[in-house]
Amino acid sequence: MPALQPEDAILATYREHGHALVRGIPAEAIMAEMYGKYEGCSHGRGGSMHIFDSRTRFYGGSAIVGGGLPLAVGFALADKLKHRPRVTACFFGEGAVAEGEFHESLNLASLWQVPALFLCENNLYAMGTALERSEADTDLCEKARSYRIAARSVDGMDVMAVMEATAQAAAEVRAGGGPQFIEFRTYRFRAHSMFDPELYRSKAEVEQWKKRCPIRAFTTRLQVEGLLDEARLAAIEADVAAEITRAVAFAEAATWEPVENLTRDVYTARAA
Amino acid sequence: MNETLTKVRITTYREALREALREALQRDERVFLMGEDVGRYGGTYAVSKGLLEEFGEARIRDTPLSESAFVGAGIGAALNGMLPIVEVMTCNFSLLALDQIVNNAATIRHMSGGQFSIPLVIRMATGAGRQLAAQHSHSFEGWYAHIPGIRIVTPATLEDARGMLWTALMDPDPVIMFENALLYNLEGELAPGAGAVDIDRAAVRRAGSDLTLVTYGGSLGKTLQSAERLAAEGVSAEVIDLRTLRPLDMPTVLASLGKTHRMVIIDEGWKSGSLAAEIMARVMEEAFFELDAPVARVCSAEVPIPYPKHLEDAAIPQVGTIVDAALRTVNRHV
Repeated sequence: MPALQPEDAILATYREHGHALVRGIPAEAIMAEMYGKYEGCSHGRGGSMHIFDSRTRFYGGSAIVGGGLPLAVGFALADKLKHRPRVTACFFGEGAVAEGEFHESLNLASLWQVPALFLCENNLYAMGTALERSEADTDLCEKARSYRIAARSVDGMDVMAVMEATAQAAAEVRAGGGPQFIEFRTYRFRAHSMFDPELYRSKAEVEQWKKRCPIRAFTTRLQVEGLLDEARLAAIEADVAAEITRAVAFAEAATWEPVENLTRDVYTARAA
Repeated sequence: MNETLTKVRITTYREALREALREALQRDERVFLMGEDVGRYGGTYAVSKGLLEEFGEARIRDTPLSESAFVGAGIGAALNGMLPIVEVMTCNFSLLALDQIVNNAATIRHMSGGQFSIPLVIRMATGAGRQLAAQHSHSFEGWYAHIPGIRIVTPATLEDARGMLWTALMDPDPVIMFENALLYNLEGELAPGAGAVDIDRAAVRRAGSDLTLVTYGGSLGKTLQSAERLAAEGVSAEVIDLRTLRPLDMPTVLASLGKTHRMVIIDEGWKSGSLAAEIMARVMEEAFFELDAPVARVCSAEVPIPYPKHLEDAAIPQVGTIVDAALRTVNRHV
């Protein structure tokens, strides 16, 4: 996210809460959205999977795997046609790679050389289906390269590696070098949803990945390098806890959209 | 006024559409056209012929055969400040883009709490009658009209072919324009000053007093011919062209019914779950006591549209079947 400018556009997945927070949508508005409250960033209409925020150019929050990629091509095409030095950042999981929309969109983005940055969070499981059980070729970068898109794979558990790779790719895309693809090799510690009994992976595997927790690893690195002392760390953790408490309190106190509004914004209201 | 400006001229539905496209491209630099074979080929139905030479490759964009990607790209570009016109070759092919149309174009405004508009126009050819068999000949207007969040328009006249596009582009919400492929060669008179028309109201195309014939798109011509035939038999039929299938202009339909008390709906979609069924249901809900006879329907037979001409003709509404249904409705046995 630090690689992106305020005028850039972001398209994310249904697991977009982190992206939304880092992009600058207030935690209160995100939490209220997850509660379905009117003060949520989408007035509670979208909920957890559909965070939208015009102020930060955050265009959802899509729950159709792969469904955001065609939009990203259009966003980037508009910027290209208008000669705006912007980047469209499109997040998706490795599960999207199996969708036709992934292939159609990468081909179109490359054909038209639009400034789109395709960001694939490969957490190895599309819900409960492991990558090697769904893809004949698990090398995701090769798929992007087959459309003549520059592609790189980075350790998604390494904060600095992610930042460096993204900053470099975003700068190249912004400079007019055409679309790029980055695979972040990462993992999902928690279940897919509240209804997921996690029959498809072992506890040992999860524990193994947890040891590589990017937040913990980055913290340790900062401590080792003497950039973060205990007092500062405690202050950050207290800040985060307070932010969450504030967000929950805000969402609890927030209101429900009046039922009379149900059909509002299906269409734009016509001037009488 | 100069005589040449006021004189009507003979043109075609295709040319009227092209003129509308040209005007839109000239009027607003945010407008661009994309789709399969819209550029070098000149458009599958030659609607966009010559536009590539006039406006260049940036604004007249040939796409790969990737309906989902280029329809979705239209949605993205519309969200990002452009006014895209996306052409899908036929509505059968649009099913490959259904995810983008239904899950994105139709939902984003409501789901985002009204934060975003999608001023996109998707044009697609529809309808049977050209012996192209079941994967080129279906009419999905009624299906699309099921979906809240998009507007459905069906130009059936030269005026509407000329005038609906600009209004649709200026609408902040996504509009799908269904062009019945048999209409492209339709020839007629068009006033030189013809321009934007409303996309909100149905139109009474012929006034009558004995019964109301409700139709749209490719069936309008056949329905008007049927009304002519009925007049010869002493039956005065009013013909309503719905023009917009979503939202439906029921007040115009019900006003006519209030006058005639009898109704036949002509709809090239399949009968089960059709737009005709929706109109019948609304008549039941809103005007049951106006009816002097059951509402009748002339729809397509419930088959994939077949290739041989005699079977294709038998599968879709025709003047004969419309006239028969009308006569039955006015208690004239046939």
